[in-house]
Amino acid sequence: MATRRRVLQLGAAGAVAAAGIAWWRGAAAKDVIAPGFADLPAGAMATGELETIPGKVPLIKRTWRPPNYETPIEYFAEEFTPNRAFFVRYHLANIPEVSAASWSLNVGGPSAASPFTLSLDQLKRDFPAAEVAAVCQCSGNRRGLFQPHVTGVEWGVAAMGNARWKGARLKDVLAKAGMKPDAVEIVLDGADGPVMPATPDFVKSIPVWKAIDENTLIAYEMNGEPLPHWNGFPARIVVPGWTGTYWMKHVTSIQAVPKAYDGFWMKSAYRIPKGRFPVIDRFLTQETDANTPITEMVVNSLIVGISAGQKIPMGQPLTVKGVAWDGGSGISRVDVSTDGGRDWTEATLGPDRGRYSFRSFSLTVTPPARGALTVMSRASNRAGAAQTFELIHNPAGYHHNVVQRIAVEVV
Amino acid sequence: MTTRNVIVGVLALAVGAGAAFAQEKRIAFKDGPGLQTFQANCGTCHSLDYAILNSPFLDRAGWDASVKKMINAFGAPISADDAKVITDYLAENYGKPS
Repeated sequence: MATRRRVLQLGAAGAVAAAGIAWWRGAAAKDVIAPGFADLPAGAMATGELETIPGKVPLIKRTWRPPNYETPIEYFAEEFTPNRAFFVRYHLANIPEVSAASWSLNVGGPSAASPFTLSLDQLKRDFPAAEVAAVCQCSGNRRGLFQPHVTGVEWGVAAMGNARWKGARLKDVLAKAGMKPDAVEIVLDGADGPVMPATPDFVKSIPVWKAIDENTLIAYEMNGEPLPHWNGFPARIVVPGWTGTYWMKHVTSIQAVPKAYDGFWMKSAYRIPKGRFPVIDRFLTQETDANTPITEMVVNSLIVGISAGQKIPMGQPLTVKGVAWDGGSGISRVDVSTDGGRDWTEATLGPDRGRYSFRSFSLTVTPPARGALTVMSRASNRAGAAQTFELIHNPAGYHHNVVQRIAVEVV
Repeated sequence: MTTRNVIVGVLALAVGAGAAFAQEKRIAFKDGPGLQTFQANCGTCHSLDYAILNSPFLDRAGWDASVKKMINAFGAPISADDAKVITDYLAENYGKPS
């Protein structure tokens, strides 16, 4: 919120930025930001407009090329995010349109005894189909809300979505390739690549134990339809619980390897300081003394349908609702406060769609008096973790799960 | 990317890229020394809204680190002279207010 106090703190330069913000809020305000958090950088707000790319509803543009687009918040009123509204995130700008007929998947590597190549028809026909409801969230979701700001794509709250993913189990495909006992990681590559040959291709790896989890898929359907181009057509890796960086889009290569993969996107990117986040999953072959690859998502929630400064007529009920999610332990409860965190009431949870899915929550209160209210939601998971009140700052801007605070007024 | 596994929809890509580049021209960048060097070098690999997006919170050292990351980590073929011009332009026009 560009509160008066903050504008004053920013001084003259801040006032100029605030004028820009005011203009921008007039243009697209409620669609482009979640209320109740620190502001995005002024530049991010100035360029964060609703724009349409082929096959999508208008999304919040962060960058054009490579394309990075965020979902407008109102779509999280439902537990499943429509394919046409699902966020788009690419690192590199050379993105081919892959055709289903010509696509093939190369499965092999030094730790595979029987490498082979699959067509899309073979992937669908030769392996039993499995389906999982799972949240795909960019590691850097909410990066733009970090204070102090850090560099990167300055996401608001919606570089995320929840879908029903259907595909072959990665473990079945790896079994057919005759994975050897010395395999420690599975290396994933997709059809998209860099503009310049010297730029490291976006290649990721996951530990074998996660690759052979029964929920890890090579997905060819999303919410009952083929994947949209921008979400990885014709097939992408789905790693339920883990952040989106591992969910390789347009996947073309799956390689079993006997030692840690040391490409740029593993060795230098997507790393978090060790021991500062309440995560359980470890990626031991990639750990160093200082840091470790990001793994599962931290527990989080988002309030949907209440805007900052909203005026609520006295005597009228206020429904605080939204979605909660975590890294696969499952949501145990969501507590809601309307008095800035003094008193908390447990919200009613919606249907359980599985431990990797969004879980909806709702609580209706009738504020007893006129005046200012601060609405908050705080999710907890079955592993005993809860959202934080203070940001755990880290250089790359990952794992922001600070409790939202939306100021409203009963009039 | 393993190109042999992929057929590129050449026409679709060309049309898509044309549309993307047309959109990108909507940005009015602050005029100043180095603007053309910034546009010519940085715009090869990514749209220039990345710079505005990451503003105005980086000081000169921050922009210097960002430009160096593009060269050293991402292989951008930018000369040392151009890198300095770009850093100066970004720090001056999209830097943290001092």
